[in-house]
Amino acid sequence: MLQYDFMVHAFQAGTVVAIVAGAIGYFVVVRSTSFAAHALSHIGFAGATGAVVLGLSPVFGLLAFTLGSGVTIGALGSRIRGRDVTIGIVLAWTLGLGVLFISLYTGYATEAYALLFGEILGISERDVEIVVVAAIPTLIALAVLYRPLLFSSVDESLAAARGVPVTALSIAFMAVLALAVTEAVQVVGVLLIFALIVTPAAIAIRWTQRPAAAIAISAGLALLFTWVGLTIAFYQPHPVSFFITSLAFGTYLVVRIAGAVRRV
Amino acid sequence: MPPAIVAADLAAGYGARTIWSGATFSIPTGAFTVVLGPNGAGKSTLVRLLLGLLPPAGGSLEVLGQRPRRGSSLIGYVPQGAAFDPEFSIRGVDFVGLGLDGHRWGLPLLDWTRTDRKRAIAEAIEAVGAAAYAGRPMGRLSGGEQQRLLLAQALVGRPRILLLDEPLSNLDVRNQGAIVGLIGEVARSSGLTVVMVAHDVNPLLPLLDLVVYVAQGRVAVGTPAEIITSGSLSRIYGAPIEVIHDRRGRVFVVGLDEEVAHPHAS
Repeated sequence: MLQYDFMVHAFQAGTVVAIVAGAIGYFVVVRSTSFAAHALSHIGFAGATGAVVLGLSPVFGLLAFTLGSGVTIGALGSRIRGRDVTIGIVLAWTLGLGVLFISLYTGYATEAYALLFGEILGISERDVEIVVVAAIPTLIALAVLYRPLLFSSVDESLAAARGVPVTALSIAFMAVLALAVTEAVQVVGVLLIFALIVTPAAIAIRWTQRPAAAIAISAGLALLFTWVGLTIAFYQPHPVSFFITSLAFGTYLVVRIAGAVRRV
Repeated sequence: MPPAIVAADLAAGYGARTIWSGATFSIPTGAFTVVLGPNGAGKSTLVRLLLGLLPPAGGSLEVLGQRPRRGSSLIGYVPQGAAFDPEFSIRGVDFVGLGLDGHRWGLPLLDWTRTDRKRAIAEAIEAVGAAAYAGRPMGRLSGGEQQRLLLAQALVGRPRILLLDEPLSNLDVRNQGAIVGLIGEVARSSGLTVVMVAHDVNPLLPLLDLVVYVAQGRVAVGTPAEIITSGSLSRIYGAPIEVIHDRRGRVFVVGLDEEVAHPHAS
């Protein structure tokens, strides 16, 4: 399997993305910002397709739009809570914008397909480099923000009283999340972002209450889903994204059922 | 010993809106002070001023001889209405650890090897009697247990002032008494100055040195015997206010928009 360059690239990019997505996913789940993460990826779709129309790499459009919307959501902070309807309306519009951009681009629709559902098997050596370069600042930022982020996730007013700049932190976190979403889109696409960012973390926090352990488990699970998904997809004629999302969903289901049984 | 908190003609407000003004008082070191007043009168605003989260709209405020500084380790703070998700939540011991270094940037890698960090956390948990359940998730603990760990979190940095915003509001009468006794005990043994916002003065009467009464744009300060009387409150607020004592020694203040200091239904 690994004698093929495209599989090597897929494993390299998949590994890096899984670690980043799994790690940041913990904070997405404990900060209850999973809808915002979803929103970022959808808004990013408009940016990516727009970039294609302009003849640019979709990654730049994706990054610009996720960063822009991430910083906006972060600046709104706690005021964004309960604004699901507003976010949803903006989301729907940006997806519509994306559809317009695709129709303007007379090239081929596979570009859009790749953005929506992921195209990890088509990743080039240069794409792998971009993923790695983007992953390093993401992980460093997460490490720097780790404790204040956890503190403000547990109790924002307490963290603020202890000197944590909660609004600046919220903006910084959403910017880092925008970077991570941009990366994860390369693997699972805009629509399936939850499978790598939210599901592994949601499983991990059912497993352990220790933040560091939960982050490690979350990243480990994201890695496992990606590797196993890629391996199955190599031998089966079905898309990788299907296998990754199914593994994530199946594991979540098993953990939920096991938890319910234990409680009875 | 110099006073712990000194306010001179202090005013509080947001933008052009003044909430209260003309507050002049001094809280001695080691005193147990309760902040009373109707809902929305500006009790939590006073807390925000003391924490340095809001600058005074006028006058001056000094905490331990300095202007209040956001994030100061001199104040241990227990926020109002802390809520812990029962599905996800941090363990008690990790929560107390956040009170020690949760505001610091970077990974706590070096801290893991530091035994004094562990000892400080264990001591704070021991001091509030929460050792038996500190390893469990906060969200699965009772209100009284959570309140003890919130207190441990405030104490772990060895502050000189303990600032508590309605720590008794979600507790039953027995737990209220236990938490008040615990705060009094910890404060006495560590020489802490305690400022507590409360809805009901009755559980605090045995420990109380000073009352700060915030109502109708004014702040009045004195001993409970000075402040919580019909004559004094009526004079301060320029309205007929009645203080009623029942046979068990509890006090009820009637006439400040609502019945202000009343025991919870029990």
